[in-house]
Amino acid sequence: MTPLLELRGLGVRYKGAVAPALEGVDLDLAAGERLAIIGESGSGKSTLARAVAELLPQTVIQQGTVAWPGLDQKARNGRDIGFVFQDPASSLDPVMPVGDQVAEVAHANLDMDWRAARRLAVELLDRVRLPEPALLAQAYPHQLSGGQKQRVAIAAAIVARPRLLIADEATSALDTIVQAEIMALISALVAEDGMALLFVSHDIALAANLADRVAVFRHGRLVEQAATAELVSQPRTDYSRALLAAHLGLHA
Amino acid sequence: MSTLLQVEGLSKRYRRGNQEVAALDGVSLSIAPGETLALVGPSGSGKSTVARILLRLVEPDAGRISFNGEALLGLRGAALRAIRANLQMVFQDPMAAFNPRATVAGLIDDPLRIHGIVGRAERPRAIATLLERVGLATELAGRRVHEISGGQRQRVAIARALATRPALIVLDEAVSALDVLVRADILSLLAELQRDEGVAYLFISHDLGAVRAIAHRIAIMDGGRIVEQGEAATVIAAPASATGRALVAATPELPVFKETVS
Repeated sequence: MTPLLELRGLGVRYKGAVAPALEGVDLDLAAGERLAIIGESGSGKSTLARAVAELLPQTVIQQGTVAWPGLDQKARNGRDIGFVFQDPASSLDPVMPVGDQVAEVAHANLDMDWRAARRLAVELLDRVRLPEPALLAQAYPHQLSGGQKQRVAIAAAIVARPRLLIADEATSALDTIVQAEIMALISALVAEDGMALLFVSHDIALAANLADRVAVFRHGRLVEQAATAELVSQPRTDYSRALLAAHLGLHA
Repeated sequence: MSTLLQVEGLSKRYRRGNQEVAALDGVSLSIAPGETLALVGPSGSGKSTVARILLRLVEPDAGRISFNGEALLGLRGAALRAIRANLQMVFQDPMAAFNPRATVAGLIDDPLRIHGIVGRAERPRAIATLLERVGLATELAGRRVHEISGGQRQRVAIARALATRPALIVLDEAVSALDVLVRADILSLLAELQRDEGVAYLFISHDLGAVRAIAHRIAIMDGGRIVEQGEAATVIAAPASATGRALVAATPELPVFKETVS
């Protein structure tokens, strides 16, 4: 089957950095597949997400290829890729009503006039289960809680019905209870829309509950990739074993 | 059982516009010497306000705090400084808490000097001992804090807190920003220090997984109140409050796969 996304020999080096942030990464993502990218600080996991969405600064030296065999053309941000960042406070515009921020993505990507885009935005705010979406669309980011802001960011990411949703530590800044709600929301939306998901996280347990497949990164290299069940029950590398052992759950 | 810290009826209101918001509403808790009490709750539940009041960064509207038998809230000047040596703090982000240009040795030297723990001549040796105590190579002493890793910085913050031989350390989300492997190491370091030195911890966190690894007792906060308090194992196994149940349910677990994959 043709994958949606195909990375071959992907390497990234930031300007002035001694070591590459990513090196020799070969990775496929099937349409509708949920792939978790796991790693600690400096593993290259966010660099990978940004390389896929072409969000890296112009000054990086990039090697290898990011190909989209599942699309007829190169993936467009907003249209084919929706991106959710860790901190919704900095990814949302502080002086624009949140409904307009969702509508703007629809207007720009779906050839939709502003009236229709605003209507669709309210539908999306409802889909991400925000209360009183028509009223809330008028609110500014600072009037919302962290969890509500992240729901707005998710609405903006999926409004154009992208084929791929990238969530880069999208729940790390939230408390445990809100994190669980956002995880359930992402899981439901991905299933409803048949989107592929690239779920970038430092938390292997969180990722394992959502992903079909897990790819473990360390120091810019792909250490191990396997189906979630296989990786959790039979990890092949010491590093994956260490990450699993360091998980602090309530039942051990 | 003796009590190191006794907090009774702590209340604090903030004004937001023309509304009054209760950040704390009658919070009571106690910590015995050498014990770890975890204060757990969602964002905005009031956990950090309790920490700020203990450090006298914020004054409560009502309530009493007795620390080591002394009334903490009335203290000023030298008496407050003396108590502060005995009640230390480690924050979530040491980079925000430290002067970025300071060296590792300088940071650990501050409390030794300010509280007159050891004489000038003995301070380098005291610094080296503290570095060793928290598992850092003494060669790091001359480094600046931006030159070391996040885990190393948190070890420096712990060494700095330990320097005055406190009876209580308030750990406010102290392991929340760390990588998983580093977090596990820091939690075992904290447990080891408690075993060896008998220091008590107030461990503030929203992460019940980390709490389970270190706490003897758990107090769960929501909306400025303590909604549940008990032995850690009991609270986790059978939470009595709605917030406790929500926290337990929300804590990520590794999925269990019954049959091994061929």
